[in-house]
Amino acid sequence: MNIVVCVKQIPDPAAPQSLDASHNLNRSGKLILDEADTYGVEMALQLVDKAGTGEVTVVSMGSAADVAGLRNALAMGAAKAVIVSDDALRGTDALGTAKVLAAVIKRESPDLVLAATESSDGYTGTTPVQIAELLGLPSITFAKSVAIDGTTVKVERQTESGFDEVTAPLPALVTVTAGVVEPRYASFKGIMAAKSKPLEVLSVADLSLADQIGPTGARQVITDVVTAESRSAGEKYIDEGDGAERIVGFLESIKVL
Amino acid sequence: MALSNIWIVTEPSNGSYTTTSLELLTHGRSFGATVSAITWGGNAALAAAAGEYGATTLYDVGDLGGALPGVPVASAIAALVASVGAPDAILIPNSYDGRDIAGRLSARLDRPVLTNVTDLVDDGGLATEHPIFGGSQTVKARFTGEGPGIYVIRAKSFAAESGGGTAASVVAAPSGDVGATGGAIIAATHVEERVGPKLEEAAVVVSGGRGLGEAEKYALIEETAKLLNGAAGASRAIVDAGWVPYSHQVGQTGKTVKPTVYIACGISGATQHMVGMKGSKNIVAINKDPDAPIFQIADFGIVGDVNKVLPALIAALKARA
Ligand SMILES: Cc1cc2nc3c(=O)[nH]c(=O)nc-3n(C[C@H](O)[C@H](O)[C@H](O)COP(=O)(O)OP(=O)(O)OC[C@H]3O[C@@H](n4cnc5c(N)ncnc54)[C@H](O)[C@@H]3O)c2cc1C
Ligand SMILES: Cc1cc2nc3c(=O)[nH]c(=O)nc-3n(C[C@H](O)[C@H](O)[C@H](O)COP(=O)(O)OP(=O)(O)OC[C@H]3O[C@@H](n4cnc5c(N)ncnc54)[C@H](O)[C@@H]3O)c2cc1C
Repeated sequence: MNIVVCVKQIPDPAAPQSLDASHNLNRSGKLILDEADTYGVEMALQLVDKAGTGEVTVVSMGSAADVAGLRNALAMGAAKAVIVSDDALRGTDALGTAKVLAAVIKRESPDLVLAATESSDGYTGTTPVQIAELLGLPSITFAKSVAIDGTTVKVERQTESGFDEVTAPLPALVTVTAGVVEPRYASFKGIMAAKSKPLEVLSVADLSLADQIGPTGARQVITDVVTAESRSAGEKYIDEGDGAERIVGFLESIKVL
Repeated sequence: MALSNIWIVTEPSNGSYTTTSLELLTHGRSFGATVSAITWGGNAALAAAAGEYGATTLYDVGDLGGALPGVPVASAIAALVASVGAPDAILIPNSYDGRDIAGRLSARLDRPVLTNVTDLVDDGGLATEHPIFGGSQTVKARFTGEGPGIYVIRAKSFAAESGGGTAASVVAAPSGDVGATGGAIIAATHVEERVGPKLEEAAVVVSGGRGLGEAEKYALIEETAKLLNGAAGASRAIVDAGWVPYSHQVGQTGKTVKPTVYIACGISGATQHMVGMKGSKNIVAINKDPDAPIFQIADFGIVGDVNKVLPALIAALKARA
């Protein structure tokens, strides 16, 4: 069971975010492994464990100036990492990203590809399915559980009203939602081992996709960024045992009661 | 250039379409273009509903045979583009299946997608708006290059209003052979019990957060919601903690709600939460921290302990019933 997990390194979401002059997300600071992807890594490690054979490879596109996020995935237990890093990739849209990642995944020909349902910074939420289409794979999104049964992947997929049991033959792509498994913390041993695990850095030239990526490939432009209309604070009372009555009064005033 | 053709993916739901689909149809007809709807498992009721909200043609992909909609519907749309020509825009609801359809279609047509769209205006071409950084800023964008543009639009971006039109004429739009990509099949469906109105449609939403203290206390939220004939929502903190299912989550990675009143209980007011509820007509907040960010957008705030205020509120509401 060889599994590829798409993992994104992102600016720490706890730090203030900003756009640069060309309206790209400012990624100049420290990068971390997107928490949304830690679930995919954990899920992959568990599935490989259960299968008893195979390994987990993490693939990424983005700046390789800081690879702490990828090392983190390796420390959790992934066997190797591949990152496509190239200045030409700045401003690449979701489809362009999918083309790059699909080209890398193809070289690995895994049994299963995992990704998050959406990233924490761009949250376009379409990249994984675009990858599946480019690779000719079936896909199941919004998984809350994933199991392998022979050559079939069985998924509980979140729906509007509950969940569906969905199956697909392998190879397939599955996106997992946050919170579905408890991502392990890297052990000291894992962190030490990660330092010597393979981490390959590729350029766009290595993948021959030049004209399909970057801002030209994106075929969409941001024309403006404006401050959104904001709401202002209204009345505020300290509860002195009368809080509930006050709420009832407010609900009456807006005719909800 | 004036818009002439708009296609809208409308997801079937209980004999009609999901609310977001109806919102998109309503907005679609405001452009003065010919609106066509695309659905699956079509029938007379769906043709009537599509027509009522403004579509003249309903493309029906037919029975999906248990397949997840993403692949067959995208394949059918790609086939339509090849046979009848590309529309100016393809509007798709931001939903579980909508996102699958958009991703598949984008890769098939080799056209980009604009996602998380909350407004779409015609200013001599289609311009979009997307909230970023928790809705504190708005990005305006547009497609360059050859169409059709694929737009994935968030729920509650527009109002759904019947246009009073007659039934749309139904045209079969088969998906054709999808090969290995079509392998994802629904083997069983589980519907969780739900009482009261849907979260996105309720006039009153009562949401709980980590300030409740423990999972069992969510019952206070459910009871208050029930007494107000509303729906119960949640912050991501308590969804991730496993207190309530994801379907309750309000915010950037959850649902967008715009009720008459939103009551936030023990929720701090993180930007990612607020982006999903700040369009509410009225906001009430209960939080023990007078400086909690939620109070900056609340019309009515109570600084207090949810575990005292909510039981008192429940008692007061019961006394009125
Ligand atoms: C605020 C904002 C809005 C944007 N809106 C759009 C838009 O409307 N349309 C558009 O085409 N682009 C948009 N972009 C650009 C888009 O984010 C980038 O093209 C990005 O590379 C696609 O990533 P995502 O994070 O949005 O992907 P998502 O589709 O949300 O990612 C889902 C999962 O796919 C995998 N994945 C995604 N990107 C990578 C990566 N680089 N390396 C490894 N795994 C990855 C991860 O598992 C990730 O969790 C936007 C960017 C920002 C910052
Ligand atoms: C990419 C990304 C996407 C996200 N998407 C979402 C999303 O869709 N929805 C979402 O909600 N969050 C989302 N988040 C998480 C968000 O940033 C916050 O972490 C989350 O909303 C916090 O939930 P909370 O308000 O319940 O908890 P906390 O922030 O811990 O707040 C708890 C509040 O309860 C108050 N409190 C404590 N005890 C009491 C008491 N007894 N009585 C009254 N008040 C009390 C505290 O003063 C505090 O204000 C996202 C985060 C990221 C990074």
